[in-house]
Amino acid sequence: MQILTILAWIVAIFAVGWVFRFFGRRISWPRESQQIYFRDMSYLVALGFALGLFAIYWSFDFYFIREVKFFQWAVQGIIGFSILGYLFRYAGRNLGTEGSKKLFRQMPVTAAFGLLVILFYVVVAVFADLVAPYGQDEIFEKINVLPGGNPELGGDPRFPLGTDQLGRDLMSRLIYGAQNTVGIAFATTCLAFFLGGAVGFLAATLGGWFDQVASRIVDALMAIPQLIFALLLMTIATAWAGSNKTLIMVYMVVIIAVLDSTRVYRLARAVGQNIVVMDYIEAAKLRGETLAYLVFREILPNATAPLLAEFGLRFCFVFLTIAALSFLGIGIQPPLADWGTMVRDLSQFINFAAFSPLTAALPLLAAGAIALLTVGVNFVVDWMLHKTSGLKD
Amino acid sequence: MDENAQLLKIRGLRIEGRTDETWIQIVNGVDLDLKAGEVLGLIGESGAGKSTIGLAAMGFTRDGCRISGGTVEFDGIDLVNADAATKRSLLGKRIAYVAQSAAASFNPAHKILDQHTEAPVQHGVMPRQKSQEDAIELYGKLRLPNPGEIGFRYPHQVSGGQLQRAMTAMAMSCRPDLIIFDEPTTALDVTTQIEVLASIRDIVEQFNTAAVYITHDLAVVAQMADKIKVLLKGDQVEEADTRTMLSNPVEDYTKSLWAVRSFKRNQKQLAAEGSVPVVELRNVTAAYGKVPVLHDVSFSIHSGRTVAVVGESGSGKSTAARCITGLLQPGEGEVLFDGNVLPADYRKRSKDQLRQAQMIYQMADTALNPRKPISEIVGRPVEFYLGLKGAEKRRKVDELMEQIEMEPAQYIHRLPSELSGGQKQRIGIARALAAEPKFIICDEVTSALDQLVAEGILKLLARLQDELDLSYMFITHDLATVRSIADEVVVMKEGRVVEAGPKGEMFTPPHHPYTDLLLSSVPEMDPDWLDSLLERRGIANGGEAERVGV
Amino acid sequence: MGMVGAIVLKRLALGVLTLFVVSLLIFGSVNMLPGDFAQAILGQGATPEAVESIREDLGLNDPAWVRYLGWLGGILTGDFGVSFAQANFLAYAGENADLGGIGSVADQLIPRFKNTLFLAGVSAAIAVPLSLCLGVLAALFANSVYDRAVNIFTLSSISSPEFFLAYILILFLAVLNPVFPSLSNVFADMSFGEKLNRTMLPALTLTLVVTAHMMRMTRAAIVNLMASPYIEMARLKGLNPLRVIVTHALPNALAPIINVVALNLAYLITGVVVVEVVFVYPGIGQLFVDSVKLRDVPVVQACCLIFAAAYILLNLLADVMSILSNPRLRHPK
Repeated sequence: MQILTILAWIVAIFAVGWVFRFFGRRISWPRESQQIYFRDMSYLVALGFALGLFAIYWSFDFYFIREVKFFQWAVQGIIGFSILGYLFRYAGRNLGTEGSKKLFRQMPVTAAFGLLVILFYVVVAVFADLVAPYGQDEIFEKINVLPGGNPELGGDPRFPLGTDQLGRDLMSRLIYGAQNTVGIAFATTCLAFFLGGAVGFLAATLGGWFDQVASRIVDALMAIPQLIFALLLMTIATAWAGSNKTLIMVYMVVIIAVLDSTRVYRLARAVGQNIVVMDYIEAAKLRGETLAYLVFREILPNATAPLLAEFGLRFCFVFLTIAALSFLGIGIQPPLADWGTMVRDLSQFINFAAFSPLTAALPLLAAGAIALLTVGVNFVVDWMLHKTSGLKD
Repeated sequence: MDENAQLLKIRGLRIEGRTDETWIQIVNGVDLDLKAGEVLGLIGESGAGKSTIGLAAMGFTRDGCRISGGTVEFDGIDLVNADAATKRSLLGKRIAYVAQSAAASFNPAHKILDQHTEAPVQHGVMPRQKSQEDAIELYGKLRLPNPGEIGFRYPHQVSGGQLQRAMTAMAMSCRPDLIIFDEPTTALDVTTQIEVLASIRDIVEQFNTAAVYITHDLAVVAQMADKIKVLLKGDQVEEADTRTMLSNPVEDYTKSLWAVRSFKRNQKQLAAEGSVPVVELRNVTAAYGKVPVLHDVSFSIHSGRTVAVVGESGSGKSTAARCITGLLQPGEGEVLFDGNVLPADYRKRSKDQLRQAQMIYQMADTALNPRKPISEIVGRPVEFYLGLKGAEKRRKVDELMEQIEMEPAQYIHRLPSELSGGQKQRIGIARALAAEPKFIICDEVTSALDQLVAEGILKLLARLQDELDLSYMFITHDLATVRSIADEVVVMKEGRVVEAGPKGEMFTPPHHPYTDLLLSSVPEMDPDWLDSLLERRGIANGGEAERVGV
Repeated sequence: MGMVGAIVLKRLALGVLTLFVVSLLIFGSVNMLPGDFAQAILGQGATPEAVESIREDLGLNDPAWVRYLGWLGGILTGDFGVSFAQANFLAYAGENADLGGIGSVADQLIPRFKNTLFLAGVSAAIAVPLSLCLGVLAALFANSVYDRAVNIFTLSSISSPEFFLAYILILFLAVLNPVFPSLSNVFADMSFGEKLNRTMLPALTLTLVVTAHMMRMTRAAIVNLMASPYIEMARLKGLNPLRVIVTHALPNALAPIINVVALNLAYLITGVVVVEVVFVYPGIGQLFVDSVKLRDVPVVQACCLIFAAAYILLNLLADVMSILSNPRLRHPK
């Protein structure tokens, strides 16, 4: 029966597409260009319009008629953040210097949204001590796993997002998690960049045996999938560290930084090599400039744009790797609040969704916090990459 | 079709291009008429909109462009408003296109012959077998070597000049009424260009095909076209038949274009016998890795003189320059500066030795650091070599800017990307001058520039030479440039010096055969030049005979 | 063909060399473990005799290179050694005890490896055709509303951690609408349909991640291609759009697309670890994570080598395929 319904829907979509095209070709439109557009429209495009129409219909159905809670939240969230991003861009276009205004004028809403998210996380992470209502490992008597803080539904206004199963305030843990998770990921990325960038540029500028040796080492390190290699090395690191939890995290930072620096190395070397063959580098060499001048004054200023974009990408990658390690129980160690660990600890609540949808949101809060930041960073990076590639044309 | 029927009629054509979300006009109202069998030359500098108009004549616009006004009528069919199917039925069949780079425009995945037969088969003009036979015949007419075999090769297995002819054959495959040639010989060496030009012209005449020939090279268009239309930044300047246009241009812009080739500086006396040359190459042999590039090359450059080093791509002229600058160490031989042997490696040269010899590059875009303002680009050598700082440095930079005829206050804070091509090249000159050198290597400095701009650069270089007593080594493949600026000429081929001597001698016979080939291959502004050249070379001119026969 | 053959052979040799280096790397890092394996297995309270007997059993008294060669030789003959859990059991129960559920490394690995291959296979079977179609469509309608929506969707899906996607899928497809089971405990004697049903959610999670990657890469490859002069030439020949794509774009897009697919299959291998843990799927990734926590070194070593080998092989495959599909190499001058 279900199959028949699905088939009927599919046939309906195809039919609507066909009807759309059939009449699109015949109706005369207010503007000539539109008429040509619809006349030359392929069936594929018409089908796209039909699909879009049905998607809108289904969303409407979910939202207003069936009133699916999660769907409503997601729609509200997306619309809300888009409006915020739009307002943020609007503010950027009208405030600040000429340069920053111009930057905002070219910015798509997605990038504005991303910037806003990053800004928000930075503020929360830096001022976590001030923003968080409680300490990150403060345990309360009363366990209340209902987010929302609405007493009528059984929530507790003291804990707006509820507590975890041990009775720790989730809001505070999320906020401290920003500090711990984002801070550690940021430090790791910086280390990876310092390592990979320095060696990569040296390899590009010096060439010869240095380049050969460095490149072969990087090849070998990259031959093992990164997460797998990180897990292997973490096994050894935890054995070395014993019960010293700080040491485990230091090892983790170093391991991920070294593994990730291989990708930075590749990019820095490639970017460096592209710049090194430029005539202005030759001119500087023939002038008799030193290596330091070449690297810092001629090469680096031209490499900042791709490197900055790469920094965003690497940060996302490092951040997700650390979150995955923590989720698997081998990353950031308790009692430090960390999003990956929180997801793992709260994951059982997902099965409560059928009778208590609010409780099921608990693991999604931390996971969503991770996703939101990486999505934001990726939006900004995407725009930056698009911009730099567009300038080349 | 009626011989005198109007084949292509363009009226008030406007085309817009998108930059950063806004549309700007790139063609502002161009009219164009073409009768059957007629060849129209479209000429203009870069940015004139030639290619855009050429494509619009096919009812086609590239992504990011749109026709915003005017009409394009091909044989009475409105191409602007025609639906996609109508346009497709014309393209390839009645209107064909020959692109600038044949190497990029042939699909690397298919054999040449398969690409040739595609249009006739798809349009139902002739079956595959017949089209193949026809292709082989066309290849023969276009004087391709091994016409029976060449079609079975893949594009990358065939040389550039041959590919360009194969593409012309492909355009002919359906015997179209109109062919758009978009700079078909620009990417080729002069000697190859001749063969391609001759074969294109013959075949167009043979089949009485109308053509729009797009180029920036006046001399080329003079050979090819019945009438010429001059474009400037999307506007039409004037149009007339070829002979009238060449002899009596009306508009100032056209006149200035025509005048470019007349710039000629006075040739200087030869340096006194026995005087020490500024730079001398002695029996230099050099190789990249194991590939030998230079064989026993010797020549010298005297104070205040310009030596033009001429040759086609791969002749070793840039390698000779690399040996002088010390970027490439010669296997044998030595480079002398003011009579003293220079260390082969630039890293072993003293700061003063480096200062004395400067270089100006072909591509000003890659020669200037895009992240540095002009003041820093020009100021760095001032500071580095002359040790000037602060106000003194600024004064020197201002002085240099005035020497290259650019207003210091207006330009020194800009980035290279905010300058035009010619201005960038001037900054490259200023940077070289900042070192107060005796000798400058000019590596194809004008070949990336439009002719008018190039002429300005040449004049500037000539003036600076007189004022500062500079010596130039002028690397170029363009003999017109050689004519206008050189005192002495060195002709190179395959890493060897073929002929060397004062300019006057070089341009008067007798020549070395290769020099002769090079010289005679440079198109001249005379519409009869190609005919007379082919006659002199004794190439069997199939087209000529056919035309008489018809 | 000679030239292509030589290049492919060279790549293959390089692949074997890489595998060798990787095995050295893995063995070397494991040997950086502090203290004594035997001690680690038995804990602090073990008698020196027991420790010594285990040392003897595991060959820990031999120099490192002998152990490496022994390990490598064992792997080549399908013997991945003795897991610590097994060694531990043997140490207490005596040499000839019945091993019961605890097998050698190979015994543990093989069924789980099959499960992982099944999961990866199902994901690939959904993801590859889906992403190729969607990617080509995004390229054809570049900069349209569809393209932008796809861009946002794929970026979001790439950016999200795998467990986030997994929980969302569980929430919607297992808890709110019970379509698929949220726990993927598959057994060897299950019917194919039942297995497929239980594998669906982890497979869909992986599909989401991989599809996004593949689609973006496919789109980029095709957009690049469509801008090339020979495509413009084909359009100017008046060919219909389908023919332009099928005969002119596709043969040239093959290399990048094959590359994209192979690279993403390689990526699947990493993604499998987290997803298997979320869904308690009895695959090699789960075993790997458990062994890492228990510090069962021989198992960790073996898993690591298998992951690396699959990764290298797929990358190699991508490399070789793109060489084979390059007309410039297939038809040298």
